[in-house]
Amino acid sequence: MAKTRNKKTTVKSKASSNGKSNGAASNGAVLAKRIPVQKTYKLYIGGKFPRTESGRYYKIKTKNNSLIANVCRGSRKDFRNAVVAARKALGGWANRTAYNRSQILYRIAEMLEWRKAQFIEELQSFGVTKAAAEKEVEASIDRLIYYAGWADKYQQLFSTVNPVASSHFNFSILEPMGVIAAFAPEDKGLLGLITTIAPIICGGNSCVVLASHDQPTCAISFAEVLHTSDVPGGVVNILTGIRSELASHFSSHMDVNGMVYYGKKSEELKTIQLHAVDNLKRIIVRSETNLYAANAESPYLIQDTLETKTTWHPIAHDMTGGGGAY
Amino acid sequence: MAVKRTVHFFNSPTVDQIGVQERAARFMSRSIKKGSKVEALKLALSMIDLTTLEGKDTDSKVRQLCYKAMHLHDTYPGLPTVAAICVYPTFVRVAKEALKGSGVNVASVATAFPSGQSTMDIKIQDTKFAVSEGADEVDMVISRGRFLRGEHNYIFDEIAAVKEACGKARLKVILETGELSTLDNVRKASDIAILAGADFIKTSTGKISPAATMPVTLVMLEAIRDHYYNTGEIIGMKPAGGIRTAKQAVQYLVMVRETLGEDWLTNKYFRFGASSLANDVLLQIVKQQSGVYQSKDYFSKD
Repeated sequence: MAKTRNKKTTVKSKASSNGKSNGAASNGAVLAKRIPVQKTYKLYIGGKFPRTESGRYYKIKTKNNSLIANVCRGSRKDFRNAVVAARKALGGWANRTAYNRSQILYRIAEMLEWRKAQFIEELQSFGVTKAAAEKEVEASIDRLIYYAGWADKYQQLFSTVNPVASSHFNFSILEPMGVIAAFAPEDKGLLGLITTIAPIICGGNSCVVLASHDQPTCAISFAEVLHTSDVPGGVVNILTGIRSELASHFSSHMDVNGMVYYGKKSEELKTIQLHAVDNLKRIIVRSETNLYAANAESPYLIQDTLETKTTWHPIAHDMTGGGGAY
Repeated sequence: MAVKRTVHFFNSPTVDQIGVQERAARFMSRSIKKGSKVEALKLALSMIDLTTLEGKDTDSKVRQLCYKAMHLHDTYPGLPTVAAICVYPTFVRVAKEALKGSGVNVASVATAFPSGQSTMDIKIQDTKFAVSEGADEVDMVISRGRFLRGEHNYIFDEIAAVKEACGKARLKVILETGELSTLDNVRKASDIAILAGADFIKTSTGKISPAATMPVTLVMLEAIRDHYYNTGEIIGMKPAGGIRTAKQAVQYLVMVRETLGEDWLTNKYFRFGASSLANDVLLQIVKQQSGVYQSKDYFSKD
């Protein structure tokens, strides 16, 4: 199972807690040196943190080959369970007011800000420099705030009243696409994940996201942030695992309405596109670019996972009234 | 066949609650895969009493449900039909007409369903009306209030009277286990119903929570088993309410198989009372065929 009992703690900041326990021992007690309690990184499905149903895991290591953690190697069944949870949560989330979705996105940012230090430390464990880690976490928080702002505004921007030649009042509005599956960027475990999730849920969709393969621990820690941010269970589901193994399952599931794909592997993309044909789910491809670039956040990314509904509303011609069409 | 012995519901055994819960939990851990899973799912489909018991039911709603009963998923050849449609007495004629020649039975609830709070006369009339409209099966409710007051003989007489009013129609007796408080009561009520002439015993109306659960059903199955050992007579079982997923349905089948044996694995002696179960079973059957997880969007609503 996915337990993390590494013998050597490689994260530098753990040194302080070790220091404390040494102090306690030197106070004359014969107690053994304290073993720090490691966190078990599990999946996030339907507002719960289950282990992978498959019982498999993979190891992530630092550059000098010491173990950071054992991480769940999510399976097809885990994905299935996550889709069931996402489908169940969809109605409630889509029917919330845009204003409330905005508040909740803002709340996620608040909680992340509060746990900033933990995430910086976690990113550093992957070998990211302190400055880069700080930059990434701050950009992640800002990105959430950015989409919190958009939640009750994109509708006004993208919906239209359409001129038509018949006696109809014709208008188009945007509705959530439904359950969205996603592969988060491989690069930047936290910022990549948030760049993927935020526009999807901003638009009222629910989602199942596969975290970065090499930087998955901060994704599961981010699930803890979501869990304490009034995001209803099942709206965001986070899996960890191996892309090539899950690509066909993510794209073939008939109850998934769209898929966001961050990546460059053409073979992988081809698999996804082939399997997506059965229910014609939309595949939104974003070749991994600079996540700090100006176009890495945009209302058009929200629009990617929305569907347009056009209504033809009959209107009567009032021949006597002279002008008033309603 | 076992020797016929005198049996009386005064002698109902007491139930070991923890034992029953543990035993029921075991049935949920069987691994049924591939071919046997598909067979189990098809069997489950054929055992469903597709039910609509709403105040807002209309003729057309009932007709739609009847269509669903006969055409579960036409793109998948070789599927069985469900066992029966379960409706209020006033819709029996409509359902009977819609199902003509299909082999699907019409079951009608009766006896002041769901509360059973009415006089004996009215309950008998209610039953006779349902049967005269053409119901093949009658689902009656017992007077839970009187049962809890200890008037067991009244319950016995009530069931026997309704059984008489049923004529040829098969009688299912709803115990409404959610209102009986204890498993001992469930066992007692099961014994009374069986001895009074029930063809089936049924857990719930579906209007009270908790409805059918595995432990409650197990206690009822054991009553059926003991009756079989005593008399050689086969009584049917119908859990109803709360069974929504194919997985649950298979777990119930496992429990029936391991408690009563294969003789009960037919819709003559085992039914599921459910409204949304059929679609979930269909999703799983098509998943087994196509290898791809399915979506409700592509199945007719029931």
